[in-house]
Amino acid sequence: MLVVDSISKSFGGFLAVNRVSFEVQEGEILGLIGPNGSGKSTVFNLISGAHKVTGGSIRFEGRNITGLTPDKICHLGIARTFQIPRPFKKLSLLENVTLSAYFGDDALRSPEEARDRARKVLEIIGLPTDDRTEVTTLGAAGLKKLELARALSTQPRLLLADESLGGLDHQEMEQAADTLNHIRTELGITIVWVEHIMGVLMRVVDRVMVLDYGEKIAEGLPKEIANDPKVIEVYLGNQQALA
Amino acid sequence: MKRYLLIAAAVSILALLPLFLVPVYYLHLLILVLIWSFIGTSWSLMGKFGIVSLGHGAFLGIGVYATTVLWNFQGLTPWIGIPIGIALALLLALLIGYPAFRFRVVGHYFALITLALGEVVRLSIIAARNITGGSLGMTPDRVQPPTDVSWYALQFSDKRYFYVIALLCWLGALLIWRWVNRSMTRPALEAISEDEVAAASMGIHVTSHKLRITLLSAGMTALGGILLGLYNQYLNPSSLSGISISLEIVFLSIVGGMYSMLGPTIGAIITIVFRESLRTYFGVSLAGMSESIYGLLLIVSIIFMPRGIYGAVETWLKREPPPSTSAGADPDPDPSS
Repeated sequence: MLVVDSISKSFGGFLAVNRVSFEVQEGEILGLIGPNGSGKSTVFNLISGAHKVTGGSIRFEGRNITGLTPDKICHLGIARTFQIPRPFKKLSLLENVTLSAYFGDDALRSPEEARDRARKVLEIIGLPTDDRTEVTTLGAAGLKKLELARALSTQPRLLLADESLGGLDHQEMEQAADTLNHIRTELGITIVWVEHIMGVLMRVVDRVMVLDYGEKIAEGLPKEIANDPKVIEVYLGNQQALA
Repeated sequence: MKRYLLIAAAVSILALLPLFLVPVYYLHLLILVLIWSFIGTSWSLMGKFGIVSLGHGAFLGIGVYATTVLWNFQGLTPWIGIPIGIALALLLALLIGYPAFRFRVVGHYFALITLALGEVVRLSIIAARNITGGSLGMTPDRVQPPTDVSWYALQFSDKRYFYVIALLCWLGALLIWRWVNRSMTRPALEAISEDEVAAASMGIHVTSHKLRITLLSAGMTALGGILLGLYNQYLNPSSLSGISISLEIVFLSIVGGMYSMLGPTIGAIITIVFRESLRTYFGVSLAGMSESIYGLLLIVSIIFMPRGIYGAVETWLKREPPPSTSAGADPDPDPSS
């Protein structure tokens, strides 16, 4: 579905992503892990068009999307969330999601249709669907959910979920993992999931890819990755992170 | 229903006003208020979404000079000259807006670019003195043969004609405001003003949204400039372009409240009434006194009422049981955002 071929990105002299290649199969959840600054978010920014690649190419459903603008890529069916939630505080919760539905999905012609879609998505995600709730009243978990709701409302076929669980407590993490699993199984959306926290991720994903210093150091089934000495050494360092 | 009756009553009072209100001086003030309200509303259409232009004088000047030069030298009726003048203003807005928005020149940097724009137009008008009269200004030629009412040249010796024209334009601006406010363009631009990257990632075409509202605002401002020129039958580069007039548009919108439909109108009323009364009070004694007081009040009002006078009243009203949201009401009473 998504074919990333040897993409690189440098910021000035700093090589953030170095010749990374991978494929995403339709219907799977691919976990993307790596220590801080390993280039995970940059890979997301490259796929979603927020940054331009320095080299390499990205194909989505057979179409070359390298260098397209973020709004075009969204229209093609790739949605993303942000590591640090970026809600529009001037708009209400419902307006936030209505907006992304209206502009993110060309199939929706009227604001009313978009609002209906937004309500449905909010319900799936587990957020209030009324038109009074302000985003400023949401906590960390709520804001993460809003990121997800906005992405889903654009009716994507591929969802790029960026560290959806940072800053949540254990129960909230489990819930979020279940939500992602639900999105894959019930809505049929393929997911690439960037995450620090291994435990929860390993339970849900089909495959895992590990980045370190902008390079891919391992790829495989969760079980293989968890026991890969290279991964343990480079990324995990101590066994605690596995918990 | 009650609200529509109220609006209908207000509009008909305004429309019938010139029949009863005789003193020409007050009619003159009303026309100025209407035209400046129109211009302030046009500016605020952009300004309220954080696209702050400090160069709207450029659009003001380019529209009215084009219209007048075409009339004086080609004998082209303003009915054709006005669209040409507006088109030129749109072209200028496109030339500045497209690269600025495409390359994400936002906030202060955008304001600085536009600040130069107003000055460039003013200096260009002065430089082209053989057709524009330079800094002495120019007068539209009288229609031949002279008549009291010429729809062809849009020249009227009776101010009431212009009152009605200005009133219609002002009402049109309010309708456009309402239309923007009710469309999906409003939340899209609010989102863009907060976070362009996030907005783009959900499929919003940032550049085209910003460009469209800028073109709308620039075109309307050009029409406002044309109204001023046709009404005064006198054009001057420093009162129709350049930095000072650009800033005046900004100030009157901010003082009145650029986030509300009637904010810029309140700003225009206050600015004009205030300046006129200070001017008549101080006369020629204490030169510069009226400007100083005006400036001082501007500073005070911006410090204590950052959302403008209308915005402050609105916020104050909303603390009581909230009234049914009116068309122009700003949806965000939250002062923390």
